[in-house]
Amino acid sequence: MVDSTIVTLQPQSHHPLARAALIAAPWLALVSIWYAIRASGLVNPSLVPAPHAVLAKFFELARDRLPLDVWMSTRRVFVGVFLGVLVAVPVGFAIGWYRSVRGFLDPLINFFRALPPIALIPLVIVYFGIGEAAKTAILFYASFFSGVIVMVEGIGQISPIYVRVARTLGASDAEIFAKVIVPLAVPHILTAVRVALGVAWATLVASELIAAQQGLGALIQNASSFFQLDIIYVGIVCIGLIALAMDLLLRAATRRLVAWQDRIA
Amino acid sequence: MQIDTMPLVAPMNDVVRIRFDDVGVDFPTANGPMRVVDGVSLDVRQGEFVSIIGPSGCGKTTLMNMVGGFVKPSRGVVLLDNSPITGPGPDRGVIFQEYGVFPWLTVRGNIEFGLGLRANAAHAVRRDEIVDRYLALMGLADFAAHYPKHLSGGMRQRLALARAYAVQPEFLLMDEPFGALDAQTRTAMQDLLLQVLSTEGKTVLLITHSVDEAIYLSSRIVVVTARPARVRTVIDVPFAYPRRESIHEDRRFAELRAQLRALVMQEYEAQARQAAPAIAR
Repeated sequence: MVDSTIVTLQPQSHHPLARAALIAAPWLALVSIWYAIRASGLVNPSLVPAPHAVLAKFFELARDRLPLDVWMSTRRVFVGVFLGVLVAVPVGFAIGWYRSVRGFLDPLINFFRALPPIALIPLVIVYFGIGEAAKTAILFYASFFSGVIVMVEGIGQISPIYVRVARTLGASDAEIFAKVIVPLAVPHILTAVRVALGVAWATLVASELIAAQQGLGALIQNASSFFQLDIIYVGIVCIGLIALAMDLLLRAATRRLVAWQDRIA
Repeated sequence: MQIDTMPLVAPMNDVVRIRFDDVGVDFPTANGPMRVVDGVSLDVRQGEFVSIIGPSGCGKTTLMNMVGGFVKPSRGVVLLDNSPITGPGPDRGVIFQEYGVFPWLTVRGNIEFGLGLRANAAHAVRRDEIVDRYLALMGLADFAAHYPKHLSGGMRQRLALARAYAVQPEFLLMDEPFGALDAQTRTAMQDLLLQVLSTEGKTVLLITHSVDEAIYLSSRIVVVTARPARVRTVIDVPFAYPRRESIHEDRRFAELRAQLRALVMQEYEAQARQAAPAIAR
């Protein structure tokens, strides 16, 4: 006999202190493991900067070049993802909806999707030079191919019953597209953006290999040539945190826009 | 049987609205075309409530899909007011088995969806009045601002009905609309349907597995054979409208039920023989 109350799988708590503790818990665990690894001697401690050392370096860089690096990288990711998703949505829709387009484009897309952006850098430099366009091109590439897959699958799984119902109510093809397909595509567009964002942040360092002076990727590249591990850690942590922040914002927007979905989580 | 039907508000008359004229349907399959409907001729008149019963998978839904405009006959023609049916439209409301309520719209949004389409612009001026009317009639007024994910099966079915009614169709095509509901809800939905039809006469085509449901609701019952679907028998139901629950106890109801059950059972057996000719004797 199923109880009528819904059992959630995530730990729930309403006490604010308990809530804060739950949110902080994974991060505290991570930092503890970090210290533990240093202390255990599994890895040479000189190769693993201490968390507090990284924190100190963070504050030092924050007074210096870090804000500009953060701004440049965030902007590059933003532009790359925006353009990538902008193209991925209609292309993904066409592939998902029209069988002929799918037959034609699907193999091409899967071919190019597998190519790692890093391997393409020499080509990108040849065609785009070493300016912002080149870096944006790499990020566009990564965003487009990750986003288009999400769109294709999402559009493909739209149930035909909704189209049928709309027709019986008198909808024209244009009305079906605008009033049925588009609302159903919105959750998939949002997912495409989230996936593209993640892939773009992961590709950022590769894109900033192209003669970048500023940017978190450039920061990391620079520091690695001088074996400045603490700066490398600062760069990595910053990338992770910004990506996380963007993802959380996107998830909040998704919850708003897609409140109608019947989901388990 | 003596037929004593009182007119519905939009009365039943002899005008033939839908005509199946020696209709046949073949579906392409891996093993060649499969004949799903064969030589069906049937007239549906204004204001009638026609139920189609027969074994599962025999082609009943295909018959309805032709009236709905989703399937074109391979042979013969299906006429609506003497013109062949070319596609779906708001004049023929369809209630699907799977409801198909739009999950991204609230209850109110679903009901008013049809009224926002260009094809129904004539009704659009009375939009709020129409929507409020069906919200009340279907008992959904308290849930007007909710999304379908919060509704039970019965409520979603009522929502699907309200949405179809809102565009004021002349015909209702219902494909086992109450099949997924429990017995209580099913009875309530049947009564609700009769109640609405008594104030807004429509011509109804209903597909159902339930002989009782067919007798209770319809003015005429068409028994269809095992695949390929042919018309086996057409029976007129001798009860007046508005129908009362008490007719379930009427002697004639029981006789009709027995007669129809026997017919349908024979078709089920025929279907079983088709499937396993070596086993059946």
